[in-house]
Amino acid sequence: MRKHYKFAAVASAILLICGSALIPGKKVSAAGQGKITGTVKLDGAAPHMKGIDMSKDPYCVKAHANDTPHLEQVVVGPNGGLQNVVLYISEGLTGSELTEVAKEVPVFDQKNCMYTPHVLAMDVGQTFKVTSSDQTTHNIHPLPNPMTGNIPWNQSQPPGAAPIEKSWKAVEVIPVKCNIHPWMNGWYVVVKGPYATTDASGNYTINNVPPGNYTVTAWQELYGTQTQKVTVAAGKPGTADFTFKAK
Amino acid sequence: MRTRLQTWSLLVGATAVLALPMPSWAQLTQSDLASRMGMESHIGKITGHAKDAKADYRRYCVGCHGELGDGNGENFPWVDPKPRDFQLGIFKCRSTPTGTLPTDKDLFDTIARGLDRSNMPQWSTFTKQERADLVAWIKHFSPRWANEKPGTPIQIPPEPDVTAERIKAGRDVYARVQCWKCHGVLGQANGPSAATLTDDLGRPIAAFNFTEGAKPKCGDTDRDIYRIFMTGLDGTPMPSFADNIKPDEAWDLVFYLRTLMSQNSKEKTMAKQLGLKPVDPNAPAGQQ
Repeated sequence: MRKHYKFAAVASAILLICGSALIPGKKVSAAGQGKITGTVKLDGAAPHMKGIDMSKDPYCVKAHANDTPHLEQVVVGPNGGLQNVVLYISEGLTGSELTEVAKEVPVFDQKNCMYTPHVLAMDVGQTFKVTSSDQTTHNIHPLPNPMTGNIPWNQSQPPGAAPIEKSWKAVEVIPVKCNIHPWMNGWYVVVKGPYATTDASGNYTINNVPPGNYTVTAWQELYGTQTQKVTVAAGKPGTADFTFKAK
Repeated sequence: MRTRLQTWSLLVGATAVLALPMPSWAQLTQSDLASRMGMESHIGKITGHAKDAKADYRRYCVGCHGELGDGNGENFPWVDPKPRDFQLGIFKCRSTPTGTLPTDKDLFDTIARGLDRSNMPQWSTFTKQERADLVAWIKHFSPRWANEKPGTPIQIPPEPDVTAERIKAGRDVYARVQCWKCHGVLGQANGPSAATLTDDLGRPIAAFNFTEGAKPKCGDTDRDIYRIFMTGLDGTPMPSFADNIKPDEAWDLVFYLRTLMSQNSKEKTMAKQLGLKPVDPNAPAGQQ
């Protein structure tokens, strides 16, 4: 008997989910009018980011003659603002905002033997470009789970190599590495629909959000995800501030 | 029992819908596999059938590659390099570009060739039909073959004659694209990045040492070597150089790599006569 209740509960949950997906979306003529803004902060002292020993490659050492490179898992700016957090809409999108692919081509550069940016957010199907500003050979090696539909690849970029243009088929957080410089690691955060990444002060703006009720998810590589409900009204941006607890 | 199973699969399904992005790696079940038992392979005029390979796989392959093809057979703990996980559909030895599925012929050749310095022997005892059937069987483990086509094999131009100029030019390619970062200036697999190399699953892996008389894992002919660095060895740190080495230069590099190998070759003799020096990793880029 209990089994049946469980089954019924699950079935109705599924129905609810599917049902809500089927309700015709608020039809919007131009998807440009609304936005969601906010700030992501770190509560507490930022964890120590280890310095990177680049002595394997004299080019990389020279590139950092005037600074000390550090790991970038947690980058905190003035007033506790948390950089490199990806914000995206995890629920509430309907129609064209969900299917339309962003047209800009974000760039993932290999510069001074680090990834710039450390975290690159993008839309499913959106073209992005991998460039190298370095006079040393890198290999660019994203490691998605092939079961998602995103297939790993591994290409070299010697000095002066042409940019590589790629895209991803499915929603996934994909680690990227360089096998030649093992300290180099970054992330491709592939989402569906409008997204944003926090700047050095922890601020972000997700553009092209039509009026409606949404759930916004914030992803940070070390601290995981948080969600918040947000309402966007015509002419009035939604706001969602997030705070991650320092660990 | 059945209801409980259903409940679980529904729960899992619901979680999958709700949780995005979801980083966990899917695990196939016997019933997923049964649904793909019709998988075929096509090698020349031979058609392989997955269902006909069942007995051979059980007898010869399952100990390492496992019942579900996930490389988790009973020998897994004792084998290094680890057996291939067929579910992922990622293979080192391909004629196709990085990030694409290999052709049926690629898998067919790998079974016969074996993988040097691993527990995978040369399966030359199988008939061609048996090998073709096993290729179909290997393909039935990965859902990728249902959704994707194999990549288009890279074009390999006819091999030119070896000349001293070509060997020298090959040395310049070795310097320019920095093969030595892992393989070392003498091909001894002792470059500055060699010690920290790991495969896609984070397990330590060694760069190929040209000087020990070993055969490259994906074949020992000049064409095999050409193919290896132009397609890359997926699942390993070895990237594809297809965008950065032109076909003609690629042959130069093949000739230079022969000079690093311990096996005798005309390239090796010519390099000796030339007094060819190894690349200088400390020279500025372009003058190594």
